[in-house]
Amino acid sequence: MTTAPNTSKSAIAIDKARAEGRAALIGYLPAGYPSVEETIAAGIALARNGADLIEVGIPYSDPVMDGPVIQAATTEALAKGFHVRQVFDVVAGITSQTDAAVLVMTYWNPVVRMGVDEFSRRLAEAGGAGLITPDLIPDEAAEWMDASEKYGLDRVFLVAPSSTPERMRRTVEASRGFVYAVSIMGVTGARSAVSDAATGVVAAAKAAGAERVCVGLGVSTAEQVAEIAAYADGVIVGSALVAAVRDGGVDAVAQLTKDLSTGLARK
Amino acid sequence: MADAPTAGSDQGSVDAFLQGGTSLRHAPGPYFGAYGGRWMPESLIAALDELEDTFEKAKADPEFTAQIADLNKNYSGRPSLLTEAKRFAEHAGGVRIFLKREDLNHTGSHKINNVLGQALLAKRMGKTRVIAETGAGQHGVASATAAALLGLECVVYMGAEDCRRQALNVARMELLGATVIPVTNGSQTLKDAINEALRDWVANVGNTHYLLGTAAGAHPFPALVRYFHEVIGEEARAQILEQAGRLPDAVCACIGGGSNAIGIFHGFLDDPSVKIYGFEAGGDGVETGRHAATITLGRPGVLHGARSYLMQDDDGQTIESHSISAGLDYPGVGPEHSYLADIGRVSYEPITDSEAMEAFRLLCRTEGIIPAIESSHALAGAIKVGQRLASEAGPAGASDKIVIVNLSGRGDKDVATAAEWFDLLDQDSAEAAIGKEGEQL
Repeated sequence: MTTAPNTSKSAIAIDKARAEGRAALIGYLPAGYPSVEETIAAGIALARNGADLIEVGIPYSDPVMDGPVIQAATTEALAKGFHVRQVFDVVAGITSQTDAAVLVMTYWNPVVRMGVDEFSRRLAEAGGAGLITPDLIPDEAAEWMDASEKYGLDRVFLVAPSSTPERMRRTVEASRGFVYAVSIMGVTGARSAVSDAATGVVAAAKAAGAERVCVGLGVSTAEQVAEIAAYADGVIVGSALVAAVRDGGVDAVAQLTKDLSTGLARK
Repeated sequence: MADAPTAGSDQGSVDAFLQGGTSLRHAPGPYFGAYGGRWMPESLIAALDELEDTFEKAKADPEFTAQIADLNKNYSGRPSLLTEAKRFAEHAGGVRIFLKREDLNHTGSHKINNVLGQALLAKRMGKTRVIAETGAGQHGVASATAAALLGLECVVYMGAEDCRRQALNVARMELLGATVIPVTNGSQTLKDAINEALRDWVANVGNTHYLLGTAAGAHPFPALVRYFHEVIGEEARAQILEQAGRLPDAVCACIGGGSNAIGIFHGFLDDPSVKIYGFEAGGDGVETGRHAATITLGRPGVLHGARSYLMQDDDGQTIESHSISAGLDYPGVGPEHSYLADIGRVSYEPITDSEAMEAFRLLCRTEGIIPAIESSHALAGAIKVGQRLASEAGPAGASDKIVIVNLSGRGDKDVATAAEWFDLLDQDSAEAAIGKEGEQL
């Protein structure tokens, strides 16, 4: 894993949390839901209430890794006419107002369509930290490796309970900033319990050389945050925040973020 | 990675092939030129590796190949016939036309070749459950059939709109013991059924095999699905040599994802004298935007695990396809076809709904065979190819020209659609309502 902390915005944000004796909180928001302006406002609320990193998702026509809550939100954003280029407005809108590291989470085809280099250049210009790529594995990432080096962007690949030690090593090596550990074999969405598999995935990623491992999928409460904060460098919350946007707008995002961040301290 | 259509960029490959230096057969993947690969979540990579490993070992295992041969012969009814269509051929410039009769297989289409092979692989992997996507229901019915035969649990994902239009196929799957889950998200079509099947697979990969229905998707699926359909081309090649004494001048097939096409093409890829044609669904006409002519008008992108031509907008969002034929109504295409298009080995052309339906009626009336509407695209294309060959050969030479058409499926499932298209029904009849609204129980 390329870690040079002076250039990786994600690493800086995670290391800052670590220095404060806690795990980092990473919150996900779909761009353009319910509008570009409200995504920016919700992102600022996330950052000001305890989130260290923010993932901005690009709504996509075929989101195979997403469960019903995120699917409903991104489908609505697309129906309202969201365009991929607007994700840079969201990133710039949040980074100009906060210190949070802002990553874009995207299925790969929208990046291919814009051109990997062009997408990366614009993301860097908007102040973005890097990309989280749920359907891009290092095996297919040659172009992204080049572009991310050129523009100083973080490459956040996923590792899963099913990843073999060899794949774990390869993915950790290709990553920059942090490694995203999928806690469960499944799609996004709140679950009542965090899978036991998560501790194993984090341990395997660390054994493969990862310096920063963050855990996502199924996390929705401060208790679950606390459970994961005990062994991971960061905790990723997605669907629960999207449901908060849906049900209570920016105020609900602020409240949930405050609540989630109470679980971050290492005991 | 090229961002625009790259036709001709691999010209070296086809030149080498034409000079006898390279075989285009048995391409192993994961890449076919710039296409293919594995654009998939990490969670599924281990399962794809397991499938690839099982498949490679099975191919080399005489017990497995004997099992496949036995099922093909004694269950599916292979070899399928190669039937000369003399009266139909009169409408195709007077060339000779032969039909590869995949419509005569058990379950009525080529789909059975692939599902039996994959269901056997699932058993070899110790998996007890198969899942499948289906558009009109043909692959779902075939999957349910294979699962019943081999004692596997079967779950089929089908767009909610397709479930309503094809209620009889839903009933068929349920009769065969499968569970059909209507998919209500996205555009509620085949691509969304694939998305939902992938979500199921991620969550249940321990005991579940995803029985993908076409020669697309992540490696090893394109090469694996082709392998089980290669029998079509091998049989057709041997049969035409036996029946006509020589290779054909042209081979025609319809293309949705492209599994029947790659199966028959494979037998002729290394025969430079044989021209090969794939006919895509032109829907209302490619100029209308309502079509499924992925190679004709698409641009390279990644969807459902592979890089290939793709119907997408300027943002990379998948565009909904349109075709009268549910089996061709898919905005992607198998990666090997994208490669064969780029190197110029196969010509891909669109056929409109109207052209396909005229060919459908023509085959019914000249040969007493009701073809699937999918296959009717290949028949319409064969008429054009036959007329071209005839005009090149002149009146005396036309009857020496030979065209093989892959008749990939029978049209019993399409009778309601056809009756509505040709306005054959009394407007007050129950059948007229079925034609408009789809099958209803």
